[in-house]
Amino acid sequence: MSDWIEACAADDIDEEDVIRFDHAGRSFAIYRSPEDEFFATDGLCTHEQIHLSQGLVMGDIIECPKHNGRFNYKTGAARGAPVCVNLQTYPVKVDAGKVFIQLGN
Amino acid sequence: MVIIGAGECGTRAAFALREEGYDGSITLVGSEPHLPYERPPLSKEAMTSGEAPSIKAIADAARLAEHRIDLKGSTTVISIDRANRSVRLGDGSDLAYDKLLVATGSIPRKLPMSGLGARCVYLRTFDDALLIRQYLREDVRIAIVGGGFIGFELAASARKLGAEVTVVEAQPRILMRGVPEEIAAIVHETHVTEGVEIVCGDGIAAIEDDGNLVRIALSSGRTVVADLAIIGIGAVPVTALAETAGLALNNGISVDARLRTSDPHIFAAGDCCSFPLAVYGHRRVRLEAWRSAQEHGALAARNMLGAEEAHASVPWFWSDQYGLTLQIAGLPDEGERTVRRDLGDGAFILFHLKGDGRLVAASGIGPDNTVARDIRLAEMLIARSARPDLTALASTAVKLKSLLAA
Repeated sequence: MSDWIEACAADDIDEEDVIRFDHAGRSFAIYRSPEDEFFATDGLCTHEQIHLSQGLVMGDIIECPKHNGRFNYKTGAARGAPVCVNLQTYPVKVDAGKVFIQLGN
Repeated sequence: MVIIGAGECGTRAAFALREEGYDGSITLVGSEPHLPYERPPLSKEAMTSGEAPSIKAIADAARLAEHRIDLKGSTTVISIDRANRSVRLGDGSDLAYDKLLVATGSIPRKLPMSGLGARCVYLRTFDDALLIRQYLREDVRIAIVGGGFIGFELAASARKLGAEVTVVEAQPRILMRGVPEEIAAIVHETHVTEGVEIVCGDGIAAIEDDGNLVRIALSSGRTVVADLAIIGIGAVPVTALAETAGLALNNGISVDARLRTSDPHIFAAGDCCSFPLAVYGHRRVRLEAWRSAQEHGALAARNMLGAEEAHASVPWFWSDQYGLTLQIAGLPDEGERTVRRDLGDGAFILFHLKGDGRLVAASGIGPDNTVARDIRLAEMLIARSARPDLTALASTAVKLKSLLAA
């Protein structure tokens, strides 16, 4: 298991919103749900490699800013055309006001 | 179920039929030899990435097989026999249907003059894109007739590959149809900065194509000489089959809000049809846009299965040129007044409102996808016929999302 990576402060993300986090040449999207929970996925849409952080969060859905492809950001599940490939998700924890994500191998 | 047209709309309809639980046969008839593919990249990414354009398939053969969609490629439909509910294919065979979807799309409007030859081309298909791509390189002169989206997306791609580009537009400004002047001005400036020459307010008097060079004589007396002329002066709906079959036409195949034609067993969807747009008091429109084609395909599929569902969404489209993205939700010509919201980095959004304060459209332009989120929220406000506070619209201190809750 790899280490937890500090991504941002919890206060950097509004409720029902998303920000971009770049680490080691990769891009991630960190979400704060309307229920004040935190989630993380790959940062790029599986359809055309667009940054999801410029998209809109509605409930548990992130919508790609380019072609409105939708994913459930809590599970990574693709939720409608044009996307058909799921999004990779990552474990998240919040400690002392900081958001950490675990990138696996 | 038979679908004529294997583009974005027809293909989406085929998959939607399965997603809705339909278990019978689905035949998707397309005139092109390729797998169903996305057209938007043809003027943009497909033109500039890699050594040659590549197809971005909507679905590969395995996915079509998994959904039991029978794709008949390179196949033309000769006629529709409404009495017997069957279509006649180019090879003389007949295909029976319970419900038929006509999703024949649109084709480029032809320049109505003589003198056009092999070096005067249009962009519609992947094969067109392959041909155009051969010309996009340094020391090649490209003339683009028509200052619309196809023309400017191709102009950006051509510049990226080093070609010289002149765009000729007969109207006094570019993007006259559907794009507010403030936004068209940004597009114009960006192209000029990138080295494109734009000639507005000058018509085409004559074209001469000798097979090596194209000479375009303008009304002003000037002549533009090019190695290739690309003509992008709009699109016309493909309606010949429907017309011969006696279906009602009105700027395309006329359908009701459920996308049904004048024959209850035949539906039409996408670029080839006009339909009543509920959000503007059922104003009849015909849209030529990727997302609309998808939404139409899915809606037609549900209604072919008996859903009786009316079209309810707001038109939306985008264009990418260089690093800029433009997005428009709704039809700006519905607006009577405008409020501007500046987002930084030169990005801004224009909100178009009726005199009574109802938001009817929003258009935005900016680097990357800077305008996307607010345009999407504006689209939701338009769908709700919202009358948002004008100060809030103009101020980035107020999140548009908060207006949705109001």
